[in-house]
Amino acid sequence: MSDTTMNEHESEVLDRVILRFAGDSGDGMQLVGDQFTNVSALFGNDLATFPDFPAEIRAPAGTLAGVSAFQVQISDHDILTPGDAPNVLVAMNPAALKANVATLPPGATVIVNVDAFEERNLTKAGYDVNPLTDGSLSAYTVYEVPMTSITTEVSKDAGVKPRDAERSKNFFALGLICWLYTRPIDGTAEWIKSKYEGKFLVMEANLRALKAGYHFGETAELFASSFEVRPATLEPGEYVNITGNTATAWGLIAAAKQSGLPLFLGTYPITPASDILHELSKHKEFGVRTFQAEDEIAGIGAALGAAFGGALGVTTTSGPGVDLKAEMMGLGVSLELPLLIINIQRGGPSTGLPTKTEQADLLHAMYGRHGESPLPIVAAKTPSHCFEATIEAVRLAVKYRTPVILLSDGYLANGTEPWRLPDVADLPIIDPDFASGPNHIDEAGNEVFWPYVRDETTLARPWAPPGLAGLEHRIGGLEKADGSGNVSYDGDNHERMTRLRAAKIAGIANDIPPTDVDDEDGHADVLVVGWGSTYGAIAAGVRRVRARGHKVAHAHLVHLNPFPADLGDVLGRYRRVLVPEVNMGQLSRLLRAEYLVDVVSFTQLKGIPFRAASMESAILELIRTEDAGDGRSDAVTSSVGGTPVDGTVPADGKVSR
Amino acid sequence: MTDLAQADGTHTNGASVPVPVTTRKDWSSDQEVRWCPGCGDYTILAAMQMLLPDLGVRRENTVFLSGIGCAARLPYYMNTYGMHSIHGRAPAIATGLATTRPDLDVWVITGDGDSLSIGGNHLIHALRRNVNITILLFNNQIYGLTKGQYSPTSEMAKVTKSTPFGSLEQPFNPLSLALGAEASFVARSHDMDRKHMTEMFRRAHAHKGSSFVEIYQNCNVFNDGAFEQITGKDHRSEMLIPLVHGEPIRFGAEGEHGVVRGPDGAVDVVSVADVGESALLVHDEHRENPGLAFQLSRLSRGPYEPTPIGVFRDVDRPEYGLEMTRQVDAVIERKGEGDIAALLRSGSSWTVE
Repeated sequence: MSDTTMNEHESEVLDRVILRFAGDSGDGMQLVGDQFTNVSALFGNDLATFPDFPAEIRAPAGTLAGVSAFQVQISDHDILTPGDAPNVLVAMNPAALKANVATLPPGATVIVNVDAFEERNLTKAGYDVNPLTDGSLSAYTVYEVPMTSITTEVSKDAGVKPRDAERSKNFFALGLICWLYTRPIDGTAEWIKSKYEGKFLVMEANLRALKAGYHFGETAELFASSFEVRPATLEPGEYVNITGNTATAWGLIAAAKQSGLPLFLGTYPITPASDILHELSKHKEFGVRTFQAEDEIAGIGAALGAAFGGALGVTTTSGPGVDLKAEMMGLGVSLELPLLIINIQRGGPSTGLPTKTEQADLLHAMYGRHGESPLPIVAAKTPSHCFEATIEAVRLAVKYRTPVILLSDGYLANGTEPWRLPDVADLPIIDPDFASGPNHIDEAGNEVFWPYVRDETTLARPWAPPGLAGLEHRIGGLEKADGSGNVSYDGDNHERMTRLRAAKIAGIANDIPPTDVDDEDGHADVLVVGWGSTYGAIAAGVRRVRARGHKVAHAHLVHLNPFPADLGDVLGRYRRVLVPEVNMGQLSRLLRAEYLVDVVSFTQLKGIPFRAASMESAILELIRTEDAGDGRSDAVTSSVGGTPVDGTVPADGKVSR
Repeated sequence: MTDLAQADGTHTNGASVPVPVTTRKDWSSDQEVRWCPGCGDYTILAAMQMLLPDLGVRRENTVFLSGIGCAARLPYYMNTYGMHSIHGRAPAIATGLATTRPDLDVWVITGDGDSLSIGGNHLIHALRRNVNITILLFNNQIYGLTKGQYSPTSEMAKVTKSTPFGSLEQPFNPLSLALGAEASFVARSHDMDRKHMTEMFRRAHAHKGSSFVEIYQNCNVFNDGAFEQITGKDHRSEMLIPLVHGEPIRFGAEGEHGVVRGPDGAVDVVSVADVGESALLVHDEHRENPGLAFQLSRLSRGPYEPTPIGVFRDVDRPEYGLEMTRQVDAVIERKGEGDIAALLRSGSSWTVE
């Protein structure tokens, strides 16, 4: 497209930029954020995204409750998070400005749709005075762009009604941002054409708005220059931009292929897990069967039934759905059948914060069933890591004949990052190792099949789906006699079976990699231990601390039950251990209980990921107190917020011992 | 798919071998049956174990699934594959199994508490989807395993351990519920007539899709004689109304009673002598509209009035697992077998040199 070729306008080179698109939940902010991300990914930037939207599909227009935002950081070097504070905020209305202005650092750029700043919208957003005129934005560079009026104007002669044309203003914003950051719009134009094929007027209005936004940047002489963020020098390979939920779905398909097991997903729609169902239901060419059950219980129940029949049974859920599945997980522990439970954690308790992220289900995964019912827990740490973590969870489930919980969360689920595609030939082979014949000689000397005869190494029992003559057997939720699997109420047998089930799960520690510690020269005094989606923020915080000349180590746990066999030794090598979590300190409790290590818990519960800056300051505080020789004092606690005396919540998380 | 289930619905193991001749003993597990002496469940178990050798099916392709309750112990006594699961959830578990393994015969054994209280949701949805399973509901109108509380089929005013002043609850009519849930096969039998039970089980097994059989079952410990007024040997001819497809609905020692449909559409019991045989309702199991079957299911207000038994409804509907397999096959036919490497590149990818 010749009309969008870069002209010789001035462009300033930046190493990275953080953009935040904000508007009403019906304004299409997620869509333009996605498009800008894809364009930047194809351009070769490293990036990380953070969609941040309300639970309501269409909250009252123009209100703070209805603001939907999409943040993306693009960079010419590898980055770990979507960024702390946006350099650029695109605000489609006063509410979007009000909801996000506090996150902006001084000097940030604010681009507003000035058409939306009229009295009614200002009132709805709770502004008494127009912030564009009262000087309250003086710390920022504000560009007032009449997005709505230009968008409707350009579509006038295309036969699009003004009300419909107005809906394309998100593409105007996208076009403008593409110009400002020197991105071509050709790819987006093609995308619009295919997406709205058959809806000519919508397609035309969107295309015109996109181009109008782009040309506005070029010709309006509002902006001194455009900016350029050059491609990042990433490891050579083929990349795609991927969300955690897509990576999880693809991981399931790959695990099914690698194990030769048919994939069966039994699930019930719930935010933010539903996209895994959507993605899998599209891929029947892999023999995938998706079952949208009548409830959460039936979802996991059907998955367990499929597993009994020799399929790879999977269920996906979040929040309250996890509670409902607890009983069936317990049955899975008793039956010792492979089953994967994927929990895309969200803010709780109860319905909590459906669209906001949290890591507060770790202790539920550990202990959320009655009786002694241990099961392995695997946690993904970045959106693309969901692929690998899913395959690993399936490997453990199949090899050890056990339900496995895979923990992801809302941030990983919807966030994206570039993913260097693995070589399919390198994916692990998972051997279902089905039972093929009798495994025991009974008292009468007959060859028989006993469902609870265990493998000596793994302590796993045989998996014998129906269909083989001679292997008929009955299993159930009642305690079973060791070996034969017959119902047994014998106390000694129950103790033996309980300890066997526990030993089987504990033994997995010998079948997983040792703790991966990032400690440059092994001389750090402080170790940061994290799990799940805090990976990016911790790693970024660690980088910042090192850039200041300090030493700090980082270990990020993927296996949370059992822990890697060497974790106790690793913890013992450091004088202080900091455990950041988006919960009240759940991993901290486990580490303290397991290893008697006096870890420092650093927590935050805002429904959003940690910021690298708060991670940096928490690590620095701990190093500082350590250097001062009072490492065990409570000074750590109070200096980074600590337990607030007045009961207010500290701005940057809470450190406690 | 793996080779667990072959495309033709048979299993690799023994597919070419004729179904072995078996006897009741072959279908009985080595586990001691632990129901109370005199329990109706014994007759049901015997009927099942004696029927299976006649069905031409293989033990290894037969699965009994259950939830919790007295009835739910049955899988332990069958020398087949089996699972004793959790309360009310057997239809859900069976849905996953039957959907992925169309080669199997899946029987769901349940009771009135298991399937109509805690598992009500799973029951109605399994019936609605027409999953290929055979559900046998042992209805004894009481909670037996928890020692005598009222159940969702207990009659109003019933005095039990948990209702010392009488139950205040309208009971479910299991057949009405199943018919309302779009069930494609609905039948009723009782534990005092092994021959009739056997026939109902045979019919239910032959039906493709979900089959639902209610069995009036006596709990001689906590609700003894609940069905005595209709199933007792001396009362049956006067109190049980056998439904026979294509035949006028009549009963009584001499066939002197019959069922007619009145001008208002309601069904009623009449004397054949009064109305003439030609006025009697002719039973049609295959009627598309379940309305008449629903009315017959409610002809009796409880097991103290003349009560129809037999097959109320038997219609063809698409079977869920088969349809799901067809969808998968159709997509594979159209797009070819999935390729992981291509899947990973299905979005926009770029290469870093």
